[in-house]
Amino acid sequence: MWVLRLILRNTGRHKLRTILTILGLAVATMSFVVIRTLISSWYASAEVIPPNRLVTRNAVSLVFGLPLAYEDKIKRVEGVESVGRGNWFGGLYNNDPKNFFANFAVGPEAYLDMYSEFVLPPEQRADYFNTKNGAVAGRRLADRFGWKIGDIIRLTGQIYPGDWEFVLKGIYKGSQQGVDENSFIFHWEYFDERIKQTFPEMGGEAGWFLVKISNPKQAAGIGAAIDDIFKNSPAQTLTETEKEFSLNFLAMMDSLIAGLTIMSYLIIGVILLVLVNTMAMSARERMSEYAVLKTLGFKTYHISGLIVGESLLLAGVGGVLGVLLTYPVLDGISRALQGFFSGFAMNSLTVILSAVFMVVVGILAAIFPVYRALRLSIVEGLRHVG
Amino acid sequence: MVSVMAIPLKYSIRSLLARRMTMILTVFGITLVVFVFTAVLMLATGLQKTLVGSGIDENAIVIRESSNTEIQSFITRYQAGVIQTLPDIALNADGQSMVTGEVVALISKNRRDNSRPGNIMVRGIQPMSLSVHKDINLTSGRIFEFGQTEIIVGKRIAERFQGCGLGETVTFGMTDWKVVGIFETGGSSFESEIWGDVEQFLPALGRPVFSSMTFRLKDPAQFSQVRDRVKSDPRMTVDLKREKQYYDDQSRQTATFIRVLGIVISVVFSLGAIIGAMITMYAAVANRTREIATMRALGFQRPSILLGFLTESIVISLVGGALGLLAASSLQLLRVSTINWDTFSDLTFDFALTPNIVVTVIIFSLIMGLLGGFLPAVRASRIKIIEALRAE
Repeated sequence: MWVLRLILRNTGRHKLRTILTILGLAVATMSFVVIRTLISSWYASAEVIPPNRLVTRNAVSLVFGLPLAYEDKIKRVEGVESVGRGNWFGGLYNNDPKNFFANFAVGPEAYLDMYSEFVLPPEQRADYFNTKNGAVAGRRLADRFGWKIGDIIRLTGQIYPGDWEFVLKGIYKGSQQGVDENSFIFHWEYFDERIKQTFPEMGGEAGWFLVKISNPKQAAGIGAAIDDIFKNSPAQTLTETEKEFSLNFLAMMDSLIAGLTIMSYLIIGVILLVLVNTMAMSARERMSEYAVLKTLGFKTYHISGLIVGESLLLAGVGGVLGVLLTYPVLDGISRALQGFFSGFAMNSLTVILSAVFMVVVGILAAIFPVYRALRLSIVEGLRHVG
Repeated sequence: MVSVMAIPLKYSIRSLLARRMTMILTVFGITLVVFVFTAVLMLATGLQKTLVGSGIDENAIVIRESSNTEIQSFITRYQAGVIQTLPDIALNADGQSMVTGEVVALISKNRRDNSRPGNIMVRGIQPMSLSVHKDINLTSGRIFEFGQTEIIVGKRIAERFQGCGLGETVTFGMTDWKVVGIFETGGSSFESEIWGDVEQFLPALGRPVFSSMTFRLKDPAQFSQVRDRVKSDPRMTVDLKREKQYYDDQSRQTATFIRVLGIVISVVFSLGAIIGAMITMYAAVANRTREIATMRALGFQRPSILLGFLTESIVISLVGGALGLLAASSLQLLRVSTINWDTFSDLTFDFALTPNIVVTVIIFSLIMGLLGGFLPAVRASRIKIIEALRAE
């Protein structure tokens, strides 16, 4: 017990230094957690995708569509429950690139139902299907622009020119943390009809088909079966699970993710430096005290316990404070970088990792002072002037 | 006016050397922060440089109104006809108009390193494209023959994607395209593209019309007049941009993302280093109370003491900054490939160190030193002579 009291007292001796050290550790831990959370949020959105959905797209590239006739052929493949089609619309809200968000045309009704992780109140759902130019937006997206049900939303097409008006009929929520709540969807039929009027050469194509299968274990086989049908047609297909599709997309920016990860480890380095510095200073000032303790008969482990304990205490308080600080900061970042993230989920692994790092840093920072204190001869220590 | 005796710089530096361990730790902390900060700026600048390097000031690019990239754009035959006959287009030595219509598309290929797919920009060009665009140099092989199903591949793509090397075959649009040459363009984004004959690409990609047109201006200063004149025709639902501007826009989203994220992290991160410097300087002040009082007794004024300590912390931060900058400059040897969110295509670029970045980073380190050293320096300058001299 007395050891703990002594540790606390020691920590309180240089109040300013202690506060600064804890603050420094907190800020650095926060950066660490923020970076890791950003990265894990990207992956989290892929993790929550149910394994029973496949995406069939043009094998050459996403920018090319697929003939609508494929839909019926895919439906007939064994193991396929339902098929929907979607097109990336690429419209800008108020024609401002800063307002970027994902918006696409989907149909028929089955498409929305395949998104079991989108929670939409039944009356809003019915309303949406009864309105030709109805649209549904994610909760986060609606919050961002202050949209309410019934609002008219105007998008300027970048791929399909002109101003498009939609009536917001529903706002969906994610069924769990990590589900994308930043999407905007509307009726494929409305989209196709208008395209056919203005750009006949662009209509009658689906950007991709969404395929729901009954048994996720058969995903690879069913995917291959679908691709087989269209092997020798002008538009070859590539079918993969939606999850794989998302992960592949993330892989396209893996070097940025690697860079961020390296950055997060450098931050641990700064934490270590700050704490090592503080601990070295404190120990140097207390050499004569250690000598007194030794004279009084305290053992090596008492003294090392004092030093390691203080170091761990500083690291612990700094770390906890840092994790707490993360919340407001993540909030600010998600506001500054809207459109890039679909909400943050602080990963428990990240928290565990920062806890582990804090312990390691706490111990590492104590090594040098402990070594000095143990090597110290009593006489020398008593003479020592801090 | 009372002349203020300044503490010599040598004294400040010597004081730092007296506490080597703490000083090294503090310098190293700043080095780390500056390294990260510089790396982020270099990354964003490198991305921008690579894209902007694809444009030429004297060129104008025509894309469809309200589309931001060539990928989303298409130029109707009528519009192409009007552009081709503009009187403002420069002529080459043979008296031909320097105008070219091109088609671009994205194709998906697997990477060499992890077999995951990436998007590659393919560009169908006309013979005139080779003189309108910036110098294209073949590093191996030959230029493709117009009228043949042959392609040349940008250096970066050849290195990075499966089946894109010289002599190999790339398949898209139901056609096998033979890679007959590898080209480079002085580090610009064209090196992350595949080029072939537009007349072959159009039917293969199922595109009836050009994606964009590019022409050399007879008089680059007349750009806005040319643009206004073209756009006054209601059938010309197109946008004209200076080519450099166009490519600068192509880097906006990804570069902004890197900058915002990087700067936010660096600034937060720098707080850690500033606090580290503060701890060091406060300790220095506390340990040197008698010394400071002695100096005051010798006639050094409060401002001199303040300045002396501030100098110490600035020296720390500048040394740390210089080391960080030095470490980051070695990143120039590295190459980064990532998806460019504006075009959705894979882009390879280098970390670019510019004088601008160097100045920014030095100012950044100076600020860290000032912030870290100011409060401790104030405390030093406030020390009361008598009490401090009596102190043990």
